[in-house]
Amino acid sequence: MRLNIRHVTTYSFEDPVAYGLQQLRKTPKSTWGQTVTEWQTDVAGGAKEVSFEDHHNNVVELISFERQATKVVVTSTGVVEIDDTAGVMGKHKGPSPLWLYLRSTPLTHVGPGVRALVRTAREADSDLDKLHKLMAAIRDVVAYEVGSSYPDWTAEQAIEEGRGVCQDHTHIFAAAARELGFPARYVSGYLMLDDRLAQDAMHAWAEAHVDGLGWVGFDVSNSISPDTRYVRVATGLDYHEAAPVTGTRIGGADETLRVDIEVAQQ
Amino acid sequence: MSEIRHFDEMWGRTEEVRGPYRELDGWIKGEDPARLRAKQREAEELFRLTGITFNVYGRDEAEERLIPFDIIPRIMSGAEWRKLCRGIEQRVRAINQFLYDIYHRQEIIRAGRIPAEMIERNAAFLPQMCGVNPPGGIYTHIVGIDLVRTGEDQFYVLEDNARTPSGVSYMLENRETMLHMFPELFAQNKVRPVSNYPTDLRRSLAACAPTMTTGRPTVAVLTPGIFNSAYFEHAFLADQMGVELVEGQDIRIIDGRVAMRTTCGYKPIDVLYRRVDDDYLDPLNFRPDSQLGVPGIMDVYRAGGITIANAPGTGIADDKAIYSYMPDIVEFYTGERPLLENVPTWRCAEADAFAYVREHLHELVVKEVHGSGGYGMLVGPTATKKDIAEFRKKFEARPANYIAQPTLSLSTVPIFNRAGLTPRHVDLRPFVQVSPQGINITPGGLTRVALKKGSLVVNSSQGGGTKDTWVLDD
Repeated sequence: MRLNIRHVTTYSFEDPVAYGLQQLRKTPKSTWGQTVTEWQTDVAGGAKEVSFEDHHNNVVELISFERQATKVVVTSTGVVEIDDTAGVMGKHKGPSPLWLYLRSTPLTHVGPGVRALVRTAREADSDLDKLHKLMAAIRDVVAYEVGSSYPDWTAEQAIEEGRGVCQDHTHIFAAAARELGFPARYVSGYLMLDDRLAQDAMHAWAEAHVDGLGWVGFDVSNSISPDTRYVRVATGLDYHEAAPVTGTRIGGADETLRVDIEVAQQ
Repeated sequence: MSEIRHFDEMWGRTEEVRGPYRELDGWIKGEDPARLRAKQREAEELFRLTGITFNVYGRDEAEERLIPFDIIPRIMSGAEWRKLCRGIEQRVRAINQFLYDIYHRQEIIRAGRIPAEMIERNAAFLPQMCGVNPPGGIYTHIVGIDLVRTGEDQFYVLEDNARTPSGVSYMLENRETMLHMFPELFAQNKVRPVSNYPTDLRRSLAACAPTMTTGRPTVAVLTPGIFNSAYFEHAFLADQMGVELVEGQDIRIIDGRVAMRTTCGYKPIDVLYRRVDDDYLDPLNFRPDSQLGVPGIMDVYRAGGITIANAPGTGIADDKAIYSYMPDIVEFYTGERPLLENVPTWRCAEADAFAYVREHLHELVVKEVHGSGGYGMLVGPTATKKDIAEFRKKFEARPANYIAQPTLSLSTVPIFNRAGLTPRHVDLRPFVQVSPQGINITPGGLTRVALKKGSLVVNSSQGGGTKDTWVLDD
């Protein structure tokens, strides 16, 4: 499937920003089952400083704000072609060692909630069965509700509340999969919903590393493995490492953020 | 000298003055002790005037204190020094190759020479360095290996200090003080100079500039600021090298470079000698609450726009648990037998080692794996029963947090006190500069001396002093 993507983030500030930087992870790469044929990121109200690939192999762009900026608009557009790989992303390539993905982070900290989920998945015939069981168990315990959680919720908090969004589901899955002994990571990307052009937000799902298969994707919120409607953009141990925008600034009180995402089949 | 158990560098084990000390011995014998006592007081006054003091951590207030200086130099012959240098060079080369490997293919783990969990569970492993190629392939631009001597030919490495070795300002000031007070000694002895250190350091750092540098590389020193215990040294080094001393707030990312504010606008930095720890170096990439660092510096670094000295993530090589594997590390990367000895080390994370160490606390030195500066350490033989009992509680609660080593019979060098010349235990921290052009070791280094009789703890924070260190040009 060929997908046209347009993603605009607009940051507006009541007071001008004296100095500000943003790290962008908004560029998908051609990997297993995914070919990026066109991609471009433009910045208004700021300038691209450097670009590099981080330890998760993500393309990172550092941008600085123009002096006294009150508005910064980052527009990414491109075309990505997707093959169906049944969620299998293949062998681990690095540069980080595979064991790094067993590390827990504050957002994916394991507590009683995650441990209870792990117990339900432990009894299964194969590695893949375990992970599918885990995915189903998370959906049973944590309902998907748009706007129901806070961005800084940890996996445990979402389990306690019994609700969350894709970010929470992904954190819970990553935490539990690691507890089961699978290297796991957070994936941020696009999902084309068939019934609409404008998507509410970027999507998130998890990948776990299974011996013999390599990385395999699990979208807990939709209870499936990623198919040809999914575009992988960035990965990390949790949301913080895969987030499309991470920023720091001096000045610029009262920030408002607007995100416009369109994903359409060509 | 009734109990000659320790090797004394002046008198050996026989009370016959060793070669390098002969001139000095003759000079001391011809001096009036009263004059030397007056000189000792004068030296202390000089240090007070220059303002070399340091803050002692772990006190209610950051109390400024003077590190005591002893006027009797520690002397090594040229031959002794050259031999030592070969060992240091070998070790430093191995450390750099180890760091490259750990942040790339980890061949040493694949080869089974280091257990994977030594790296996996190590807080000093910096994932953000995975796959990064530092300019010139150098990770540790400045190293201060801590050595102790136990005999004519036996040197042991105590710590590798590959992260941020401090103390070089004492080496320079100690020499300057001696030259000022005892010019005649330098006429009688051919002592190799240390005063080139800042010039050499600047040249060595400049040789590590990223490939995009055009013209003469711009070097700067990054300090956490005046509240840091080593601020004096940061300012001193910047001044001596003739480069800017900067703080995070003086720096912006401009045109893809790390640029510092100067009187004529922002100027890009090619090589940053940073004295800010990894965690605080870049709030955009590491601890977001850091006020000391430079947001975005890691991004520029990874894009090849700046050299950070020492490279982020080098701490993995001077971790005390990794230390115990250094003989394997040296062999693995150089294919040679290590020239410098490692102190035998019990890793208390291992059950057998823990069982042994808990039974022998009174005869061992026990250190925190990630500690430094002599804090939180137990020196069994000189500790009181109460000290040991208190330490035992901490130790048994977290054995993996500790390593233990036998008490080495450290060499002594005389100090001058009321009793005249009296032996005291010493260590040695030579300062090493590494660049693609080679490894440069300043002849001498910092000799730290335990001023208390019988004490083996030389750390300045624990009441140690310093001496001028001579390498003879022979």
